[in-house]
Amino acid sequence: MSMTMNGEVQLPAPRAVVWEKLNDPKVLAACIPGCESLEQDSPTEMRAAVKVKVGPVSARFKGRVELQNIVPEVSYRIQGEGEGGIAGFAKGGADVRLEDGDFGSTKLFYDVQATVGGKIAQLGGRLINSVAKKNADDFFQNFTAVITGDKIVG
Amino acid sequence: MSTSGIGQSVRRVEDIRFITGNGNYTDDISRPGQTYAFFVRSPHAHATIKSINTKTAAAAPGVVGILTGKELAADKIGGLICGWMIHSKDGSPMKAGAHPALAVDKVRYVGDHVAVVIAETLNQARDAAELVEVEYDVHAATVDTATAAKPGQPQVHAEAPNNTVYNWHIGEKDATDAAFAKAAHVTKIDLINNRLVPNAMEPRAAIGDYDRGTGTYTLFTTSQNPHVARLVLSAFIGIAPENKLRVIAPDVGGGFGSKIFIYAEETVCIWASKKVRRPVKWVCDRTEAFLCDAHGRDHVTHAEAAIDASGKITGVRVKTTANLGAYLSTFASSVPTYLYAPLLSGQYNIPNIYCEVDGVYTNTAPVDAYRGAGRPEATFVIERLVEVAARELGRDPAEFRMHNFITTFPHQTPVIMAYDTGDYGASMKMALDMADYKGFAARKAASAKAGKLRGVGFSAYIEACGIAPSKAVGSLGAGVGLWESAEVRVNPVGTVEVLTGSHSHGQGHETTFAQLVSHRLGIPIEQVTIVHGDTDKVQMGMGTYGSRSGAVGMSAIQKALEKVIKKATTVAAAVMEVPEDTIDFNDGIFEARGTNKKMAFGEVALQAYVAHKFDSEKIEPGLKEGAFYDPKNFTFPSGVHIAEVEIDPETGITKVEKWTAVDDFGTLINPMIVEGQVHGGIAQGIGQAMLEGTVYDKSGQLVTASFMDYCMPRAHDLPSFNVGMTTTPCTTNPLGIKGCGEAGAIAAPAALINAITNALGHENIAMPATPQAVWQAAKSSPHKIAAE
Repeated sequence: MSMTMNGEVQLPAPRAVVWEKLNDPKVLAACIPGCESLEQDSPTEMRAAVKVKVGPVSARFKGRVELQNIVPEVSYRIQGEGEGGIAGFAKGGADVRLEDGDFGSTKLFYDVQATVGGKIAQLGGRLINSVAKKNADDFFQNFTAVITGDKIVG
Repeated sequence: MSTSGIGQSVRRVEDIRFITGNGNYTDDISRPGQTYAFFVRSPHAHATIKSINTKTAAAAPGVVGILTGKELAADKIGGLICGWMIHSKDGSPMKAGAHPALAVDKVRYVGDHVAVVIAETLNQARDAAELVEVEYDVHAATVDTATAAKPGQPQVHAEAPNNTVYNWHIGEKDATDAAFAKAAHVTKIDLINNRLVPNAMEPRAAIGDYDRGTGTYTLFTTSQNPHVARLVLSAFIGIAPENKLRVIAPDVGGGFGSKIFIYAEETVCIWASKKVRRPVKWVCDRTEAFLCDAHGRDHVTHAEAAIDASGKITGVRVKTTANLGAYLSTFASSVPTYLYAPLLSGQYNIPNIYCEVDGVYTNTAPVDAYRGAGRPEATFVIERLVEVAARELGRDPAEFRMHNFITTFPHQTPVIMAYDTGDYGASMKMALDMADYKGFAARKAASAKAGKLRGVGFSAYIEACGIAPSKAVGSLGAGVGLWESAEVRVNPVGTVEVLTGSHSHGQGHETTFAQLVSHRLGIPIEQVTIVHGDTDKVQMGMGTYGSRSGAVGMSAIQKALEKVIKKATTVAAAVMEVPEDTIDFNDGIFEARGTNKKMAFGEVALQAYVAHKFDSEKIEPGLKEGAFYDPKNFTFPSGVHIAEVEIDPETGITKVEKWTAVDDFGTLINPMIVEGQVHGGIAQGIGQAMLEGTVYDKSGQLVTASFMDYCMPRAHDLPSFNVGMTTTPCTTNPLGIKGCGEAGAIAAPAALINAITNALGHENIAMPATPQAVWQAAKSSPHKIAAE
């Protein structure tokens, strides 16, 4: 089944800083909810293991993530797919775009399209959108903490 | 006359053990050294398996073995079979793809079986299953019934081009077309018969147990027909010869058809028990049941009726596409063909009928028999068609039906069936009276005043039960005969065990079959025990489905009882030293006419076993007889159901206000149990019409895979049912029984949709008529618009 989500967040740092953090695997690993590991294979390819809970289904997704259509400091697309064992699979991507905001801030726009299958679709279908939204909110809350220095990523 | 004989509402003797937790279901059974199986299932609807890596999983704690389709093939275990050959109209046999119990190269629906992990505990098996790495090459899926056969759709099996298993037909096309050419009026409808998930209370389960000492296998399984399971597992799948394979179906908690079939899981458990040298148990969880139990219905149909100037139906034309799922289940091919189209004459005298059915593969769970199996689909077609025709012609739907009813019997329809007996007008008149049809207009006006839409709908159904004369079904492609067996064992003190090939999984056979024995032998019901569900005890049987256990199973018992009475009469005559033909047997007493000599049944039994008082050269000791009964014809239960609903157009909530059911099941053995069957059937039919809908998304993901998303009927959805009976005994079996197990589910959907469309004032609503769908449909209701 397919899922879409989009949104806009205001980040308290200039575009160059936001872009740099968005391309730092350590930052991403620290900010992605449930991320257990994120290893870089090449400048645009990563392997990730993420623990996700959707309603009654909890699963560890292992998969590959690739950065595509990179326009430095402006936009990229994160494309990935993961297998969650008997919980099913997820694949999809997010288009991310940055614009200058007021007072040295940055506006980040995201547009997610994903498909999920297996148990996560069977049991979690009605919950997927709310779980995805919550994960996005948590990600940007963590990300904001990193760029304001409230959260130190070592 | 005993109080436990035929026609008495004897309380179900089995219920005490069920409601006190003393039932013995498959999951209640544990074998020494038992292991637990967990299946790795496909999360994709359609994919090629590139690789399966079990290395990490095999090293996980507690794992005893991991098996895949490769090992299954290496052991030459055959694929699952479809036991009914259907030929297309061009004469070619149906085109079926292979159906391995564990997928070999491809997976074809979400839930398809990829591997089995066997471990010391269920949790260890489940945890290890997480570690099985399967690499898939995912393909686009075919999901939609109506378009599955269109060119360019993803192909489910290479053997079936355009996903078409068969293009079947029945009836005379030219004669039917001629009737349409001459028709004064033609009614046309398009229908979808929604796909259903069976949802028996007890999920499926299996334990495979191989005995290395004797080389025999025992399979405990939730089956409606353990002997058929043994036959298929032996002769086709090749687990072991029949004499080395025992199948036990102990207490089974409901089936509704879904436990007729021989599935992958029990096949794998019995095979694996030898591989891992330990008993292997599998119990289905509810979501697995949603994914893998054979689903029901799923038809897309266009139907037309030709009507002459006097209002007589002169022809019916039907074109149906039936979704068979990703593989052909055990009887899948017969359900939308021979169990469907021959019922399209309904209760009506229709001289010309022509029906075409395309059976199609899709990337969805297999579809097979579900309570009614083809007959609910046929009834929905003919009863919607007749109702709409009456509305178009401005005729009262009850009067229009009666105008077209068959009134003389036997009646040969143009589509195989020969109805032996019935009185359709009697059921209709009784139902109209019980439903206070005359008062409907006033009730409708009162509802309208309150801003509600009230509607009434009819369903005058017929079904073909007691499947079936073996020779007849053989000529139509069935791979088995459909007789039934019984053995009556009289013990020396006159108690009786009856071994039957029928299987009880909710029907109450332990009560009703004992009532027949009590009635015929004149002994208390407590002295009778019914034995079923074990191939080591009952020699052979065909099982329970198609409302056949009364009409066929009890007829076999009746036949064996007559043999027992004949033998007992011979013994009694010898003991009493009177001629055999002077003995009458009534109410359990053998009495020599014109003398004061008599013996009770128990005394005769004892004499048969002690064998002191007759010449055992001439009379064999003992009292035990068996019989096989092959029915002469199908039986034809019929009836009229009238639904009355009130719709709130502001919320879309449909309240079923009244439900009247008048059924003719022939002879009733236990009226209370019959009424219970009617209640349960109607509840399922109302579920189909208003609540239950199975949804696969475009990629083939089942998004209604739990009770959170799949709505089952509950007590508060149902009114108090008003049930009546008329009786014309069946003329083709010795007891006059017609069968009652499916009637409610067959009749109800058409009655309810006819009532809802009557309330709405238009025909544009599909099943399930959920509140959302009804609310949408009510917006264009002429009655609602007029009120505003």
